Amino acid sequence: MTARPAPSTPLAAFPPWQRWLKRWWAGLVLALGISIVIVYYYNQVPDITTAVLRSTVRQSTPLILGALCGLLGERAGVINIGIEGQMLLGAFVGFLVNVWTANLFLAVMAGILTGALLGLLLAFMSVTLKIDQIIGGTVINILSLGLTGYLYTAGLLTEGKLQSIRIAGLADIPLFGPVLFDNPPITYATVFLVFLIHYVLFYTKWGLRTRAVGEHPRAADTLGINVYLMRYWNVIIGGGLGGLAGAFLTLEAVGSFERGMTNGRGFVALAVMIFGKYTPLGAWGAALLFGFATAMQTQLQFGGKIDIPHQFIGMLPYVLTIVVLAGFVGRTRIPAADGIPYEKE
Amino acid sequence: MEETPTHIQKQSTVRDVLASVWLAARVPIVAVVLAMLIGAVILLVSGANPVQAYAALFEGAFGDAAKFSRTLEKATPLIFSGLAVAFAFKAGMFNIGAQGQLLFGALVSAWLGFGIKGLPIYIHAPLALLGGAMAGGLYAAIPGALKTFTGAHEVITTIMLNFVAFNITDYLADGPLKDLSAGNIVARTPLIEDTARIGSLGIIPIGFLIALACAFGTWWLLRKTTTGFEIRTVGINQYAARYAGIRVPRTIILAMVISGILAGFGGAIETQGVIGRYQPGFNSGLGFDGITIALIGKTSPFGVIPASLLVGAMQAGSSQMQFNAGVAKEITDVIQALILFFVAADVIVRWIIRSRKDTGEPGLALSSGWGAK
Repeated sequence: MTARPAPSTPLAAFPPWQRWLKRWWAGLVLALGISIVIVYYYNQVPDITTAVLRSTVRQSTPLILGALCGLLGERAGVINIGIEGQMLLGAFVGFLVNVWTANLFLAVMAGILTGALLGLLLAFMSVTLKIDQIIGGTVINILSLGLTGYLYTAGLLTEGKLQSIRIAGLADIPLFGPVLFDNPPITYATVFLVFLIHYVLFYTKWGLRTRAVGEHPRAADTLGINVYLMRYWNVIIGGGLGGLAGAFLTLEAVGSFERGMTNGRGFVALAVMIFGKYTPLGAWGAALLFGFATAMQTQLQFGGKIDIPHQFIGMLPYVLTIVVLAGFVGRTRIPAADGIPYEKE
Repeated sequence: MEETPTHIQKQSTVRDVLASVWLAARVPIVAVVLAMLIGAVILLVSGANPVQAYAALFEGAFGDAAKFSRTLEKATPLIFSGLAVAFAFKAGMFNIGAQGQLLFGALVSAWLGFGIKGLPIYIHAPLALLGGAMAGGLYAAIPGALKTFTGAHEVITTIMLNFVAFNITDYLADGPLKDLSAGNIVARTPLIEDTARIGSLGIIPIGFLIALACAFGTWWLLRKTTTGFEIRTVGINQYAARYAGIRVPRTIILAMVISGILAGFGGAIETQGVIGRYQPGFNSGLGFDGITIALIGKTSPFGVIPASLLVGAMQAGSSQMQFNAGVAKEITDVIQALILFFVAADVIVRWIIRSRKDTGEPGLALSSGWGAK
């Protein structure tokens, strides 16, 4: 494709903090700008601002989990476009288990397990059978759509959903308190997972091996790393995160299941992952941005302050995804062996 | 690519032709059988009678002339969306956006169909068809251009553009192009003029014949023209293509436009041959089925036709199945996913039919990653 001119000075020549700044300056400027706007509006209309930010956190949670799901797979060299399907089936099974057992913890676990099983299927297809990975993901998407549609029976009543846990003290801080410290459990778990996966990927042996397998599987193999096993585990764990994203939708956000309820979130999560430059922290920032766009969309739609047809507001997050992708993907470095099946010699 | 001397081709007998058809079709055929078997297990486990369900499915698809006609009608837009996806594959692009392109095709053909009055049928109907096709083509140019100029991967941009297309067509059908006749409250356009309608010859819808012609045209374009050669070369190896002097960006955008034209064509024929107007929600899923169909047909224009007939028959028969056997329609989606799995995992199928010798058929390979490689 259009080859970009190589930077005149290699990035590695700069001291770490400058390197970091060069990599993330756009995100920083954006974050600063948004913060100023938020503080301004908090002074004007505190209730609405808090509501929009709470909604931002809610909307971004499934996107972060989906992005982490894709990220683990792709760091190990397996493209996962089946996130949508993993979310959908995870949401469905989580909901069913909740209806049957009325036990929310079991239901969440069932959602995670479902996603992990689909991850196993994807790993089997792409690592063992060496099927084209885009087709493998498509199989998972269609399969989930079909299974949930076939097995869904209308009229199942939910047995409650996960409630917010208020962290006393911290939740009383103005603006940030109610937004950050008054959330249901999966939301807290998601933030924890962002930091956990960041740590595991970049500061542990497992993470180093995962990245090695995604960058140069032959070299990793020579050093005695089991390429197939690393790919299997990462895709399975990723699948579990996708299932958790689904469980979030049925057990925490909505409280019930409907056909096709993921509504493209799995694909937006892919864009979030790429926009976040294949890093957990970057994906978190990107997901918050998209969550914010969605929250603004809802606010504009139901606030009734402006007179734009709702369809135009409705496509805001999708247009934003395209713009962001067109503007940023060229500057993202993709794991070198991403999408390529590994053949042992 | 192996060169076949022409004198051998001349001597080819009917048996050779049949043998080559079997060679191309055996994996999909075995895949369908396996998928139906696993589908039967799922039906059994969920408490339904698979024999009864499949019998009703078959009865609903081929039971009598009217039902057969309905199957052909269902297969028609599927051929187009399958061709659209298959064509993009040939250029190394994964067009998940056939759905959005199809929506624009359907809407624009409806607009030309009701907006223009007093034209004779032999001008009005083709005009509306071509208008719809062009709309789809233009819409598909966007992901093509984004891919070549910014590197944004078409898998994501086309999915996002599906949502955008859904919103825009919904707005137009609910606003500027809305059916304002008394009593209408839903979002839909007025009915198209009779002169824009596409009928049928006996039990065969004319749209189906057009679809067959387009499949042939796609094959001809890909195999017999310089443009087709360039598109296939870019699809196989962009570096080699550029080295050979092919203008890669132009070729990629052109391939996406042609893919979009095919999808838009399908939407237009659905409007003019079946629905008679644009109504949001009436075309949903057709573009996504195109992915399954293109892959079952092994991305070959002629493979798309039997694949569309198969999926069209499942769609046409599924209502009868739901009615007679009490089996939810969506089981056909599960079966389609399984077919796709077995077609792609031809290792399994080859093992089952005990064909271990490598016939040199290329497997299905679409992408080597997100990067523009």
